[in-house]
Amino acid sequence: MTKELWKGNEALAEAALRAGLEAYFGYPITPQTELLEYLAKKMLATGRAFVQAESEVAAINMVYGAASTGARVMSSSSSPGMSLMQEGLSYIAGSQVPVVLVDIMRGGPGLGNIAPSQSDYFQLTKGGGHGDYRPIVLAPASVQEAADLMYGAFDLADKYRYIVIIAADGNIGQMMEPIEMPPQRRLEKKDRGWELTGAAGRPHRLISSIYLQSEALHQFNMHLQAKHRQIEQNEVRYEEYLLDDAEYAVVAFGSAARAAHSAVRWARAKNIRAGLFRPISLYPFPHAQLTALAQRVRALLVVEMNTGQMLEDVRLAVAERVPIQFYGVTGGLVPFADDVLPEIEKLTRLDNGAS
Amino acid sequence: MLHEIVISGFGGQGALFAGQLLAYGALEEGWHVTWIPSYGPEMRGGTANCTVIISDEEIGSPLTRHPTAAIVMNLPSYERFEPLIAPGGVLVVNASLIAQKSQRADIRIIYAPANDIAAELGAAQMANVVLVGAMLAATGALQFETLDQVLDKHISARHRDKLELNKRALRRGGALAV
Repeated sequence: MTKELWKGNEALAEAALRAGLEAYFGYPITPQTELLEYLAKKMLATGRAFVQAESEVAAINMVYGAASTGARVMSSSSSPGMSLMQEGLSYIAGSQVPVVLVDIMRGGPGLGNIAPSQSDYFQLTKGGGHGDYRPIVLAPASVQEAADLMYGAFDLADKYRYIVIIAADGNIGQMMEPIEMPPQRRLEKKDRGWELTGAAGRPHRLISSIYLQSEALHQFNMHLQAKHRQIEQNEVRYEEYLLDDAEYAVVAFGSAARAAHSAVRWARAKNIRAGLFRPISLYPFPHAQLTALAQRVRALLVVEMNTGQMLEDVRLAVAERVPIQFYGVTGGLVPFADDVLPEIEKLTRLDNGAS
Repeated sequence: MLHEIVISGFGGQGALFAGQLLAYGALEEGWHVTWIPSYGPEMRGGTANCTVIISDEEIGSPLTRHPTAAIVMNLPSYERFEPLIAPGGVLVVNASLIAQKSQRADIRIIYAPANDIAAELGAAQMANVVLVGAMLAATGALQFETLDQVLDKHISARHRDKLELNKRALRRGGALAV
């Protein structure tokens, strides 16, 4: 298969089309807008549903409705828009309908700016809206990976009747890289037993997040928790780079991991045995893998485009086994390999100081 | 093999498109490549830049603090990137709009009167292509014939009539760096 040059946002859109996207509802926001624009052109041309809603609040509720009919449905936005969608997402989680979202993260809090960021980590991975739910969150570090994760996201959402969020940052959305676009899929529509398709000739179905009886709501929450345990068992994804003999590991996701990748290579050239651990699934977080890693290395460096959000999950996994240092930039600033390398070098000095 | 190239100018000067030409060329030649724009609110008149990394290895960071080559199309871009070029690197200056002369002795500098050359050839919008030609001749990052193919494929319909002119502009730029 030949490679083509794709921009991240457009690659996400095309991969969604090829995965059988049937309906899109969204509202434009930089740095995600090319995704919506691309689908605006393509969805209607191929007889699918596309609505530019009046707001993100409207868009997510349209998504909720379409998902309730069993359609392959998605929306996309960027950080402030994701905040507006949180109520709808909580209802969607409470109703167990499969939904896919893309968040092309930008600088916050508030209106912040349009530059790349990773500061939605807490909101995305810990639930975001009210109630005990946690969407599956996948963080691509390249345009190829963005397309591949998008392509598989609908199946994942279907499998668990749950929310899957592709969490990329502005740089992944705007960057162009050569990729192999996955092929168009043909989907066979079959009744899965829950979707609202008209009750003629069958018992009626109800999609709702209301459980007025405490015991019933408790039972539902236990069901969601069981689903989380299954997701944690089956869906952990990560990548290791030069970790086999590593004494020092950098932990980073998305764009931050790209800078870390370069810095690790430079560190190796300086005879520092560094490697990179890159979580791809942010929820489920690769907890056990990091716990094991902490038993092999002398120290860890967490690099993020925020003030240390994934850092908390790394700390939970690593506990007090080895020292954990943090390097983060915010506001739309991006870590450069030149910035990460000295932080890796600090780990080696830390280590010497301790021994 | 690693080229970390920044192209910077006013919005509307074609900095982003010039970078895409390089990215398509690198893809054509089978290299690893990334293209990333500064994507601020940069419409015509603002500043716009992009970074293109071309490598024979998997690319980590798509951004660089010290480019191995830069094309600066206006004065603000010159002032920003001239000090940042990696030692041994290449700086291509659009001398039609930038009067400054660099004092750096550790980089190669090409002063290309790109707007004048483009106008002389018959289309002032091709200044970006002249500058790309100069940069390619100085760095050897990609073959000129590859760029010809890329222009064949990617020049927009409304500039189609200027295809051959663009190829000439590329070589006029290249001649400045011989």
